[in-house]
Amino acid sequence: MTTATVTTDQPEPKAEKGPGRAGRAKKRLTGRTASLIALVIALLWTTPTFGLLLSSFRPEGEIKTNGWWNFFTDPAFTFDNYTQVLLSDTSSGRLGSYFFSSLVITIPAVLFPVAFASFAAYALSWIRFKGRDTLFVLIFALQVVPLQMALVPLLQMFQAWFGFEDEQKFIQIWFAHTCFALPFAVFLLHNFMSELPGDVIEAARVDGANHGTIFRKIVLPLVTPALASLTIFQFLWVWNDLLVALVFGNGKETAPMTVRLAELAGSRGEEWQRLTAGAFISIVVPLIVFLALQRYFVRGLLAGSVKG
Amino acid sequence: MSNMRKRWLLAAVAAVSVPLALSACGKADKGGSADCAPYADFGKHEDTQVTMYSTVRDAEADQLTATFKDFEECTGIEIKYEGNGDFEAQIGIRVDGGNAPDIAVFPQPGLMAKFAGKLKPASEKLKSIVTANYSKDWQNYGTVNGTLYGTSFDANVKSFVWYSPKLFKEKGYAVPKTWAELITLTDKIKADGIATPWCAGIESGEATGWPATDWLEDMVLRTAGPETYDKWVKHEIPFDDPAIATALDRVGSILRNQDYVGKVSAIATTSFQAAGLPILENKCGLHRQASFYAAQWPQGTKVAEDGDVFAFYLPGDDAAKKPILGAGQFVTAFTDRPEVEAVRQYLASGVFFNERMKKGPFTTANKQADPNNATDPVIKLSMQLLRDDTATFRFDGSDLMPAEVGSAKFWKEMTAWIAEGKDTKATLAAIEAAWPK
Amino acid sequence: MDQIDILDELPKFGQLGIGVVAFVLVVGFLLFLVDRLPGFDKGRFAAAVFLFPTVLLLAVGLLFPALRTVWLSFFDKDGESFVGVANYTWMFKDPDIRGVLGNTLIWVIAVPILSAGIGLIYAIMIDRLKVEALAKALVFLPMGISFVGAGIIWRFVYAYKPEGEDQIGLLNQIVVWLGGEPQQWLLNPPWNTFFLIVVMVWIQTGFATVVLSASIKAIPTEIVEAARLDGVNAWQMFWRVTVPSIRPAIVVVLVTMSIAALKLFDLVRTMTAGNFKTSVIANEMYTQAFRLLDKGHGAALAVFLFVLVTPIIFYQVRAMRARREER
Repeated sequence: MTTATVTTDQPEPKAEKGPGRAGRAKKRLTGRTASLIALVIALLWTTPTFGLLLSSFRPEGEIKTNGWWNFFTDPAFTFDNYTQVLLSDTSSGRLGSYFFSSLVITIPAVLFPVAFASFAAYALSWIRFKGRDTLFVLIFALQVVPLQMALVPLLQMFQAWFGFEDEQKFIQIWFAHTCFALPFAVFLLHNFMSELPGDVIEAARVDGANHGTIFRKIVLPLVTPALASLTIFQFLWVWNDLLVALVFGNGKETAPMTVRLAELAGSRGEEWQRLTAGAFISIVVPLIVFLALQRYFVRGLLAGSVKG
Repeated sequence: MSNMRKRWLLAAVAAVSVPLALSACGKADKGGSADCAPYADFGKHEDTQVTMYSTVRDAEADQLTATFKDFEECTGIEIKYEGNGDFEAQIGIRVDGGNAPDIAVFPQPGLMAKFAGKLKPASEKLKSIVTANYSKDWQNYGTVNGTLYGTSFDANVKSFVWYSPKLFKEKGYAVPKTWAELITLTDKIKADGIATPWCAGIESGEATGWPATDWLEDMVLRTAGPETYDKWVKHEIPFDDPAIATALDRVGSILRNQDYVGKVSAIATTSFQAAGLPILENKCGLHRQASFYAAQWPQGTKVAEDGDVFAFYLPGDDAAKKPILGAGQFVTAFTDRPEVEAVRQYLASGVFFNERMKKGPFTTANKQADPNNATDPVIKLSMQLLRDDTATFRFDGSDLMPAEVGSAKFWKEMTAWIAEGKDTKATLAAIEAAWPK
Repeated sequence: MDQIDILDELPKFGQLGIGVVAFVLVVGFLLFLVDRLPGFDKGRFAAAVFLFPTVLLLAVGLLFPALRTVWLSFFDKDGESFVGVANYTWMFKDPDIRGVLGNTLIWVIAVPILSAGIGLIYAIMIDRLKVEALAKALVFLPMGISFVGAGIIWRFVYAYKPEGEDQIGLLNQIVVWLGGEPQQWLLNPPWNTFFLIVVMVWIQTGFATVVLSASIKAIPTEIVEAARLDGVNAWQMFWRVTVPSIRPAIVVVLVTMSIAALKLFDLVRTMTAGNFKTSVIANEMYTQAFRLLDKGHGAALAVFLFVLVTPIIFYQVRAMRARREER
């Protein structure tokens, strides 16, 4: 375990006399060039989205005939795209309804795989049993199974055994999302968990803690950043998913926002300007989740615990 | 209604423990004042549900479900409609998964034929309705190996050229009656300073290339005639028959002519939705596209013979012969419960089509439908053409061919023919090679 | 206009209630079970309890479908009569499909390297910046956009209009401003694949940044301080301290990106729909299996995907062994 050994190898006194040099090194790391590079990347990454944002406030005729940068020289501003997306009352349902379906789909479809995967990842990294590596490699390899290939067999199973109807179809959607998410989730958490210093867990074991306690009290807190990242990614995948929702939840009772978005462009794609506004509306929630979970990306969790 | 709400609220309190009870409490917006006389034939099927699945979505789907209202009220059948842009792929997944809809509206007869083994044939009653309401041709498109499975839903006419009546009036152009006149007009438009007399675009997501297949089909009808066209579609002559090569070269005389269309490869990346819009700005003069292109014009555009845009019939060499290319969707059923049968009969009946036409743009080949119900003049013109006995109607060949060709190789190769300037012979030979043995 | 009729939505929330209650019950029960088990050294029981839900779900949801796919790949389009390896010979003989396999290879190599590289640089550059949260959010933003949205966004970048007309695409506008001739970016192979890869990298770099940044934050401060005391410069710090310390996270990112590139589907579908020789395996598989209703062809392509991932698996196994020895 590299982290643990390096920490203990460093003689204490050295650390006390070096704030000056450390400060300089830090300056160099996050110096002007670095900030400039970061700024360029941020700009490159933001410009296309910014173009979409501007476009979403432009009238249909303008969007379809000239570029969004013309907004600066010839500003034509409208909320039409947003009102059409938000307020057009369709018989297939109201936007709010799709929004709630997205939430109802997403919450359990994030909770289940994150919980199950952290169980599995713990067992695969800290419990010794026969065939553990084989099992891990198998789970890892399942990542590559294209979910398109799993659609039909899963659907057959649900139809034959359960025959869910209307709102019950949410169960199918959760189930499918959980299955498809597990290989990656186990892989991600396993890589973080198995990097934890062995002596921490050893110490707990000597104190008489069992696996349940070690998992809850020691391992979970230490991998908080990984759990937060996983939660964000799983949230995004489910929130932005169209295929699983289409196959496992048909009908307006379960249709999420993505279904509405795909529909917005009209039968022959003639109204694609509406998608500019639609895309922005659907991005709001993932962004809130991301910003809310940011504070779990805490520095030095690991180091602190090694000392304690 | 308020009683209903209260019941919901009470149920909601118990929602977490017994939410399943809730779904039983469906929509019951009864007590309307619909005139039920026209719907008496379809019987009473209280508290039944029929699921319906098609490619139609958004505004068109709203008009469709609005049309169903009276039928639902009078028969007690609730039609649970779902529209999806990926219908062609999703329908296979659903059928394989044991989750087929009751009613499916297939966008192509070729795809419908692939599911024939799983579809329910039309009942005697439905057959008699279809015989009364549709021409022999339209009955045939819904028939697979002698069994009627599908009834024609909407229809469109593809042999149209869109133009700006304003520009025509201003410059004194006349609507051409023959191919030669069309080419003369093209040259005149060019000479009058419009750099690209024709605008075209074949990009359409995964269906990219289909507008070019329509072009070829239209030309086969005009240069080789309907009989050769039929043989070609049924693969009784090879796909790369010399007659077809002639037709494709005719297409090339416009679509691959830089003087007429500007940069040729740009056609491959121009979306078909946007392709005709330059007409509004007089940046191009002509755009060959189906009647449904009417929906693409921005709000406020007047579609009429004296408006901003209108369409004329794409002429052939001989003004006396009038081949028409068209297409349409077909209503089929995967189940045969009585209420499903009632919906099928309803969807082939005049009462459905006339109500549907009043709700928004919709074209049909159903004889009971009155062209005067049309919401725009192009639809009216299309419906008149569809009923014109002197005209020879032919169904879109790529929709009838096997999917490996009709919705794959044919599109792809026509795209290459335009994007890469692929040789006509090589293009047709590649499509011929993909025809399933 | 009343947009939300909350009473109509109640059944959904009822269902959500069931879901959440079921979650609490299942997780609570499993933890309860583990707590009741004998001590640490009787790990087998604990492992069984911890692994039960994952193994069950994966067996049903992925393993069985995977085996079925392998089975189907030896059958004809309806999955009825055995055809031997015909689907595989088709795959390698058809020039179009060979191009598809080649494209996938390009994706698998380019996407992980580019997005992990840029993500790593960015994560380091913004680390400890005052505006770090904002900076991360900016690069993360594309991840939150659905593929439909991404398709529109990049239409405004790559769109082509002939010379002399108003450009809609930013890239062509820049070319025109610089006095060049507008290009059809998505038309000509092999460059069009490269332009699609740019979009994928744009989307996925957020992932790399978030994971790597979390990992950078987990580097014990002591190590960094010690290195600084030894007087290393920024470059040495990067290669000798940062990279080795976050190696596991880099591996996670590289592996995940490779697999994402292998399974890539939506992006190609929305941007070019596989036209102009840009198709990739997963897209072709979907087309063959569901559009052309040829189960055999679709399954054979999927099996080829499994084969492509084996090098990654071998790497992962080796890395695991190495780590074990280190311990």
